[in-house]
Amino acid sequence: MSSRSLSFALLATTLLAGPAWAEDVTLNIESWRNDDLVLWQEKLIPAFEASHPGIKLNFTPSAPAEYNAILNSKLDAGSAGDLITCRPFDASLALYEDGKLVDLSGLENMKNFSDVAKSAWQTDDGSATFCVPIASVIHGFIYNKDAFEEVGVEVPETEAQFFEVLEKFKEDGSYIPLAMGTNDQWEAATMGYQNIGPNYWKGEEGRLALIKGDQKLTDEQWVAPYATIAKWAPYMGDGFEAQTYPDSQNIFTLGRAAIYPAGSWEIAGFNSQADFEMGAFKPPVVNEGDTCYISDHTDIAIGLNAASPNQDAAKEFLNWVGSEEFATLYANALPGFFSLSDHDVTMEDPLAEEFVSWRGECESTIRSTYQILSRGTPNLENETWGASAAAIKGTETPEELGKKLEDGLASWYAPHQK
Amino acid sequence: MQAPRFKWHIVVFLAPAVLVYTAIMIFPLFNTLRLALYTEADQMRVFVGLENFRTLFGDPRWAASFWNALGNNFWFFLIHMVVQNPIGILLAAILSHPRLRLAGFYRTAIFVPTILSFVIVGFTWKLILSPIWGIAPDLLSAIGLKSLYAPWLGKEEYALTTLALVSVWQFVGIPMMLIYAALLTIPEEILEAGEVDGITGMSAFWKIKLPLILPSIGIISILTFVGNFNAFDLIYAAQGALAGPDFSTDILGTFMYRTFFGFQLQLGDPHMGSAIATAMFAIILIGVCIYLFGIQTRLRRYQF
Repeated sequence: MSSRSLSFALLATTLLAGPAWAEDVTLNIESWRNDDLVLWQEKLIPAFEASHPGIKLNFTPSAPAEYNAILNSKLDAGSAGDLITCRPFDASLALYEDGKLVDLSGLENMKNFSDVAKSAWQTDDGSATFCVPIASVIHGFIYNKDAFEEVGVEVPETEAQFFEVLEKFKEDGSYIPLAMGTNDQWEAATMGYQNIGPNYWKGEEGRLALIKGDQKLTDEQWVAPYATIAKWAPYMGDGFEAQTYPDSQNIFTLGRAAIYPAGSWEIAGFNSQADFEMGAFKPPVVNEGDTCYISDHTDIAIGLNAASPNQDAAKEFLNWVGSEEFATLYANALPGFFSLSDHDVTMEDPLAEEFVSWRGECESTIRSTYQILSRGTPNLENETWGASAAAIKGTETPEELGKKLEDGLASWYAPHQK
Repeated sequence: MQAPRFKWHIVVFLAPAVLVYTAIMIFPLFNTLRLALYTEADQMRVFVGLENFRTLFGDPRWAASFWNALGNNFWFFLIHMVVQNPIGILLAAILSHPRLRLAGFYRTAIFVPTILSFVIVGFTWKLILSPIWGIAPDLLSAIGLKSLYAPWLGKEEYALTTLALVSVWQFVGIPMMLIYAALLTIPEEILEAGEVDGITGMSAFWKIKLPLILPSIGIISILTFVGNFNAFDLIYAAQGALAGPDFSTDILGTFMYRTFFGFQLQLGDPHMGSAIATAMFAIILIGVCIYLFGIQTRLRRYQF
């Protein structure tokens, strides 16, 4: 009893005494980004604490693969931190629906985010936004500039040119044309299918039509990307079937491969590993002059634990996350994680700058399987991993794969049962 | 007349083991069986009886995944039975040969992988077999057999067999040790009596030693069965929770893990996961019962 009344007393003094006593408020941040620990400790936390005396931050990340499970048990036990880093879509939506996250729609700086940016952390009808978007990742291809000069090829704009470049590298023989493997499966789906796919299904248009049920996974625009990645196989390294994701990264950064189907999250790692100059090109369009579409995937956001005793301080912090200062600090410390806000953030990293410049030239979309469609069993995202790997290995035809995925989706998703 | 005193010390000595075992084995086991009878609707746990099992065996997708995992599990078990155990017996027979030198060294060397962690074994073999950095392709090309090399772990048709053989490599020490111990207990007199009757060399092994170690082989078989149907770690460490390529290495353990805890965008479903765990429990229980009542009771035992 006494400890409880003490905490009430502390809470009361905190609220009443205001800034003078506010040193007491320490906000704990839950996150899966343990790679970012240094960034938080050296840049973000000092910057925030300097401008907001009285609030202290404590960044406590856990391992990515265990984050969801750890977070859920901490929330159930009431021991989770004040601020919760949000995974996109259903994982966070489930937390909000359980009453674990606070509705942040009214936050002042929420106006700095577009609807697409917020879509990953909203209820299906868009009425409540429960996390402040932080960053997205963009798909494309990273290439070895030295290798391109050596073999004398230009950056491809269209798919035909893309395959010509691959063919040249294959003839030349000194580089593996394409650094990718199918062992981990998700590379094939994320860096293959979801990378080039938006050009076929026309980004948001196709993605939303698929959710509504107006398009099916057996339609030409959803099957054709499988046929295209199937043509990549001859240009991938020997034994690509057993090549893992770290293998692909190492092959590229060691200078043994020419092109790496990438996500922008690779930039920081590649900058420190590779000793040659790198460039990036966007997913090639099918025919010259087509509108280009890129996958600009909403990846990370931050929300407020409903059980936190420090709601006001936490909201103050979340408002700061929506500010230009945070966006600039974050985007520059982590090149490749692009701010989702409308602030005009200047970036110093040329590769990151290249990636983000596509936002101006192309239409943005997010990965097709993430919103709503991966809610049931079989899980469309996981099925897409297997399908993409099978397409590249040629164990199944694109049409068979499309049918298999559509049947799986239709087995639980009403709009596809018509 | 005084009633015999209740022997409190027995309770005291049994208590720690009983309590710990109940808390971490028996209670979770029964709770898992119970959980399999529920499902979640609108964030409430509701009792549905055998509905989860009807989904597991009746829904074509769930059933396909389940039978695929079960079939793979049987293949995994079969490889162990036809490769691991005969090799274990052979090694034990060689080790128990009185004129073998350095027997202690071989025994230790062969047994060491058994005490390694699955993660280390999975990762090491993944590197050895890697088409890019691995020594397997180089070794094969050194003896001119490069054409035999394939990215085994990445091919549907080889991946499971490869992993089963890796597991055999890791655990061959266990049958070897058990058989070795059994062979050592065979009294010299019996072998000498056989020799007098003209049974020597190989036929001594087949006619005298093998019948005497049959009970040990039975125990090893059942240990292999239980171990294989509970296997999970090696597949998870080498191929991940999706047990690729295209679920060709998916066994009941990985299937249960994926369902129970969820994976990537798939949210965990503890109730379906428990249903799979219950099915695994039933399969192992049936297997063990068949052994205990069908085979164990018929094995002839010899007293020396």
